[in-house]
Amino acid sequence: MKKLLLATAATALFAGAASAEDVKVGILLGFTGPLESTVPDMAKGAETAIAEINASGKFALGNLVTVNGDTTCVDAAAATAAAERMVTADGVKAIVGGDCSGVTGAVLQNVARPNGIGMISPSATSPALSTAEDDGLFFRTAPSDARQGEIMADILSGKGIKSVAVSYTNNDYGKGLADSFAAAFGAKGGAVTISAPHDDGKADYSAEVASLAAAGGEMLIVAGYVDQGGKGIIQASLDSGAFSTFYLVDGMYGESLIGAIGDGLNGSFGAVPGTDSAGSASYEEIAKAAGYDGSNAFSKESYDAAALIALAMAASGSTDSKVWSTKVMELANAPGEPIQPGELGKALELIAAGTDIDYVGASSVELVGPGESAGNYREYEIKDGKIETIGYR
Amino acid sequence: MDTLNALVVFLNFVVVPGLAYGAQLALGALGVTLIYGILRFSNFAHGDTMAFGTMTTILVTWWFQSMGITFGVLPTALLALPFGIIGTALFVLGTDRVVYRFYRQKKAAPVILVMVSMGVMFVMNGVVRLIIGVEDQQFADGGRFVISAGDFKTATGLAEGLAIKSSQAITVGAAIIVVAWLFWFLQKTRTGKSMRAFSDNEDLALLSGINPDRVVAVTWIIAAALATIAGTLYGLDKSFKPFTYFQLLLPIFAAAIVGGLGSPLGAIAGGFVIAFSEVIVTYAWKKVVTYVVPESLAPDSLLQLLTTDYKFAVSFVILIIVLLVMPTGLFKGKSV
Repeated sequence: MKKLLLATAATALFAGAASAEDVKVGILLGFTGPLESTVPDMAKGAETAIAEINASGKFALGNLVTVNGDTTCVDAAAATAAAERMVTADGVKAIVGGDCSGVTGAVLQNVARPNGIGMISPSATSPALSTAEDDGLFFRTAPSDARQGEIMADILSGKGIKSVAVSYTNNDYGKGLADSFAAAFGAKGGAVTISAPHDDGKADYSAEVASLAAAGGEMLIVAGYVDQGGKGIIQASLDSGAFSTFYLVDGMYGESLIGAIGDGLNGSFGAVPGTDSAGSASYEEIAKAAGYDGSNAFSKESYDAAALIALAMAASGSTDSKVWSTKVMELANAPGEPIQPGELGKALELIAAGTDIDYVGASSVELVGPGESAGNYREYEIKDGKIETIGYR
Repeated sequence: MDTLNALVVFLNFVVVPGLAYGAQLALGALGVTLIYGILRFSNFAHGDTMAFGTMTTILVTWWFQSMGITFGVLPTALLALPFGIIGTALFVLGTDRVVYRFYRQKKAAPVILVMVSMGVMFVMNGVVRLIIGVEDQQFADGGRFVISAGDFKTATGLAEGLAIKSSQAITVGAAIIVVAWLFWFLQKTRTGKSMRAFSDNEDLALLSGINPDRVVAVTWIIAAALATIAGTLYGLDKSFKPFTYFQLLLPIFAAAIVGGLGSPLGAIAGGFVIAFSEVIVTYAWKKVVTYVVPESLAPDSLLQLLTTDYKFAVSFVILIIVLLVMPTGLFKGKSV
């Protein structure tokens, strides 16, 4: 008993000693909910960046520790509670997240701004976040959907498609994307026959598909989530013969979709944020070595978000969000020494030496406007049950 | 040709899905109505009994699939169905022994039994989620289509396709068999007659020597079988997710009440009334109308009465109208 007490006391002491120099970074993503199959590789991306910084031994402000929190992607109250706990109970100094646009906006307004905590979201893409009040605390390594809408319109008109039906998931992300696409496609002379929402988590989408089919169109744009209504809409469309080709937005990217739908998906196409840069390839190598798939949607952006936070802290010499957040734009953009994934140790050295750096990272980070990625997209097509990259835009 | 195309569109998007959905609701409503007629309370746990039955069937299906047993073009789940029914019947009989019997012996008021059934519902809810999880489960196998939209187009040369999924055909077929059997059982067999007697007048039935425990047990077993069959067919046709089964409770009750609680014939009619109103009110008629009317009159709008978001509202509205106008339902059931 005495020994146990001693051991407990010693452990408590050590734990106390260790936490004194811990710098906590929150990873606030939807570990459950409609993006639950995408999020594990996103979280691993952020953890890999943090581990790399720690392993370099050149981060002067302490040992970086990650704290996970669940946004659920859809429930703003749950996400706010998780963020609140991170900030007040765990004392995080920065947040990588959130993932979905609605919850990210809620966390920004209810937790980040009142507490003065900086956030870098890897995947919130709603155009509304570009104009949200953020006190200079919010950045995203993902592009706004205003950009994705233009890319979609480009790809479709490039294929000579003139009229489409749109089914979007009934939230900020889906609505924002559907609106920006309709505007961009209209400007190119295309017509949207119907833009109708679908709700996630239902068993049956035949009624939704029936109205999409009634409106008609050469193909169906599915602006939803791969594990949720988006999948159901595609399945019901194929079953009833309403549509045979689909455009898949970034939220619809995933191998699991091919597994669930099968051959019917052949010939469908889409685009996800991504580049063919050297950084992208070397990140995928790093991810492979760490035992996860770095090519999955938003994994690269997550790595970059975490790396940017750590580098900004190092450059400003402070873990205070109000201080480090002023450095983010400067580090992410030219001029300076370009930094690839896997070179975070080198970046810390350069920062310590006072050299300017330009963080390129896994997703060719270039922050524009109010601190959001300029946006590079990888266009792909599904052929014989495989995702084939066609090109980059 | 255009009229034919219009007919095919109508069949493909309204009649076929409506028939399958209606059959699933009818089977569910039959279970609710039986419990109401014989045990005299509204069983709120019925949706979750369906989930439990489907879960048992899915687990047996997976076990069969892992052993390489399949049912040819038919889904393996049909082979597993009897095991699912046995499992669910045992579970439901256990619930009756542990929970409902206590209140029945105390001659508790129906409203107390309704509250009790809500408690049972939450427990079943949790049990199902604990065992199989909250996610979507796919367990359909075998042939997917009786006829697919593409095949139909090439076979008939029409511009529109008609798809009939095998799950839809099985659903309607199974519903017809089950309903026919149930009516035969209630009308012709001794047990069925004693159940009806018990439902009409409990005291008189007891006086004439009907064993109440036996009637109660048989009722639960039949209700469990109906719930399992309805749930499995719904899961095969759509997908299995505990939460959507919980949500099914509303249209099922709407169907049972519209038809007249306690009336088996009413439950079937109610199921189809609810299913077809949901589909017809939220369907966009543009395509059908465009085929039928001359080109100059072709509509620009979608001709959609309500968007599909209002699907559940439709069952609510019908429920309220029926309760206001004819509280005993279409087939003179018991008033609620």
